[in-house]
Amino acid sequence: MLAAILVMVGIAVVTGLILGWSAIRFKVEGNPLAEKIDAILPQTQCGQCGFPGCRPYAEAIAKGEADINQCPPGGEEGVKKLADLLGIEPKSLDETHGATKPKSVAFIDEQTCIGCTLCIQACPVDAISGAAKQMHTIIAAECTGCELCLPPCPVDCISMVPIAEDLPHWKWKHPVIELKRIA
Amino acid sequence: MSRELHTFKGGVHPPEHKTESNGHPIHAAPLPRKLVIPLRQHIGNPAKPVVEVGDHVKKGQMIAAADGAISVAVHASSSGTVTAIDLQPVPHISGLPDLCITIETDGRDEWIAHAPLDYRTMAPADLRMKLRDLGLAGLGGAVFPTGAKLNPGPTQHCPTLIINGGECEPWITCDDVLMRHHADEILQGVAVMRHLMGSTEILVGIEDNKPEAIAAMQAAADRLDFAVEVIAVPTLYPSGGAKQITEILTGKQVPSGKRSTDVGLQVFNVGTTYALARAVHHGEPLISRLVTVTGHVLRPQNFEVLIGTPMHMLITLAGDRDGTTGVLMGGPMMGMPMPNLDVPVVKATNCLLVKSRELFPPLPKALPCIRCTRCADACPAELQPQELFRFSKVGDFGRAQEYHLFDCIECGCCSYVCPSHIPLVDFYRYAKSEIWAHEKDKRASDLARERHEFRQFRQEREKKEKAEKLAAKAQAKRAELAAEPAAGAPPGSGDADARKALIAAALARAQARKTEVAPKNTDNLSPDTQHEIEEIEARRAKIRELARKPLESKENNT
Repeated sequence: MLAAILVMVGIAVVTGLILGWSAIRFKVEGNPLAEKIDAILPQTQCGQCGFPGCRPYAEAIAKGEADINQCPPGGEEGVKKLADLLGIEPKSLDETHGATKPKSVAFIDEQTCIGCTLCIQACPVDAISGAAKQMHTIIAAECTGCELCLPPCPVDCISMVPIAEDLPHWKWKHPVIELKRIA
Repeated sequence: MSRELHTFKGGVHPPEHKTESNGHPIHAAPLPRKLVIPLRQHIGNPAKPVVEVGDHVKKGQMIAAADGAISVAVHASSSGTVTAIDLQPVPHISGLPDLCITIETDGRDEWIAHAPLDYRTMAPADLRMKLRDLGLAGLGGAVFPTGAKLNPGPTQHCPTLIINGGECEPWITCDDVLMRHHADEILQGVAVMRHLMGSTEILVGIEDNKPEAIAAMQAAADRLDFAVEVIAVPTLYPSGGAKQITEILTGKQVPSGKRSTDVGLQVFNVGTTYALARAVHHGEPLISRLVTVTGHVLRPQNFEVLIGTPMHMLITLAGDRDGTTGVLMGGPMMGMPMPNLDVPVVKATNCLLVKSRELFPPLPKALPCIRCTRCADACPAELQPQELFRFSKVGDFGRAQEYHLFDCIECGCCSYVCPSHIPLVDFYRYAKSEIWAHEKDKRASDLARERHEFRQFRQEREKKEKAEKLAAKAQAKRAELAAEPAAGAPPGSGDADARKALIAAALARAQARKTEVAPKNTDNLSPDTQHEIEEIEARRAKIRELARKPLESKENNT
């Protein structure tokens, strides 16, 4: 009897120690679900979802505080991917957060720019170079097209230019094949 | 020819149509009045222009320099004046324009000074750089920079060199004709490759439907001081594919995702080898190539064409006919339809195939896939085309990749045998380009995430640095005060004392400031001045007294 109790207690202690050790050793930093959601989001950092960036939105979705259809740059495709990840039904994009637009980059009219640095402070990805009273310009390769630089500009010298299709960005279209009518 | 040959799985036997164009000698196409030379003719980064509009250039002068290791330079194909550096239509299925340099030729065709390279004494790295600057890229179809490919890798040794004279695609005969007429020069190029790659075994694979080319190459090989094995391989499309000819000649398969150098061999097209010989033995950059013009034309033949010559000129030269339904760049299996014929001949242009309704009747309308797996039997890459089709069609690109979509060489065997006439290769091309675009988007979003996170980190850091700076300043002040004995408070008596000391110090400062602003001319006076002041003060007092008196008297009166 005593031996049996000791054995049981012994097993409990050993497994408890192993579990306790592994809880410390294999502790998961951060929220892995939020990471996965963040990987799907387009990283435009535009804040149209109502959160200050893609990461906070991802965390809100992971906690169930935000819906999956609040990201216009991600579009319907993004909603579908999030739905797949979370195992829920996809929804149509919530239009109160804005509509999906073609990919664009900001363009500064350098003749009009007064060098106020307000757009530089607004840019979430540091894609504007310039200094006080110096002309500013967009680093097109790093611009996410979030449009956050548009409202602060006091002289309205920034416009959004849609990315034109050129040879390196050209894609094969889904083949349209004419099927024979058989019935 | 006693070598034991292997076979690859699959393959098809489309009608060859080689005799239309391979019996004629090579004619040089005349100098066009205008050459349009694209800067993106090769795999890798496009070349960067080094001339300006209005510059006079000579034949063979570099007009755009290579940009990076996987890139090659671009040269003027003839002498003349640069009239434009702008977007021009290029031979691409999309019809989109790309950056080109336009040269108005002066008709003198005047060469720039050029000299042969002494490749035996040059360092291999310098020689590879030189080949890059001479614009050498693979002329078999992929246009991969030859200099970069002539690098045997860290082992510094590539035992087997395969010279690909397969030319398995129907209609095309430019390699065949080149081997018939320039066998010696091709093998001179092989000598340079052998020198760079450290190869001991050189195999030239030629399909057995080109007996003249095999004979010419064999004769040239017999004149060499090193061993070159010229091997006739059975005619079977696509035996001219790099991986297929490798398997036929050596029995080796290049594993998925690996390079051919990983299994100790490298494959070059005969056209590339010829261009290499011209570059090394004459110092000539790649400014012309052989182009087969065939199909629905009066005189199908091969032309030596300057890069940048408009395609319509070649078709006129070969005799255009009524009833043309389009032009393919390349052969019927892998060729690309050209959006228009103003586009220039580029390094990748091996053939212009003019189509007509009789030669290329329109395909019957497609039927649904019945999963007969005839495509799988024909696939030389040992893939499952019917599965790839299924996944590509519905956009399940992940599964398509699991089925090794990227091992597809787009040879077109599957489409050729498909009883439902489904354009299968179009689906694979679509899937590949979607996957590439997705990867590009992923890289862009990763970059944006990284930059956004760094920006947040930087803002935090700046805030912290500011706070630290303020704290450090306050600390310094406190330390200064603590050092002053005037504070009076015993050291180490705690926070309250420190605050008291601070207040006391501030009060002392205020007092000091007050005394500073008080007039200083009343101290240390001489007795005379003191006496004078006293007199004045007395007078003032008297006047004040007098001033008060009348008032009092008035009051008394009333």
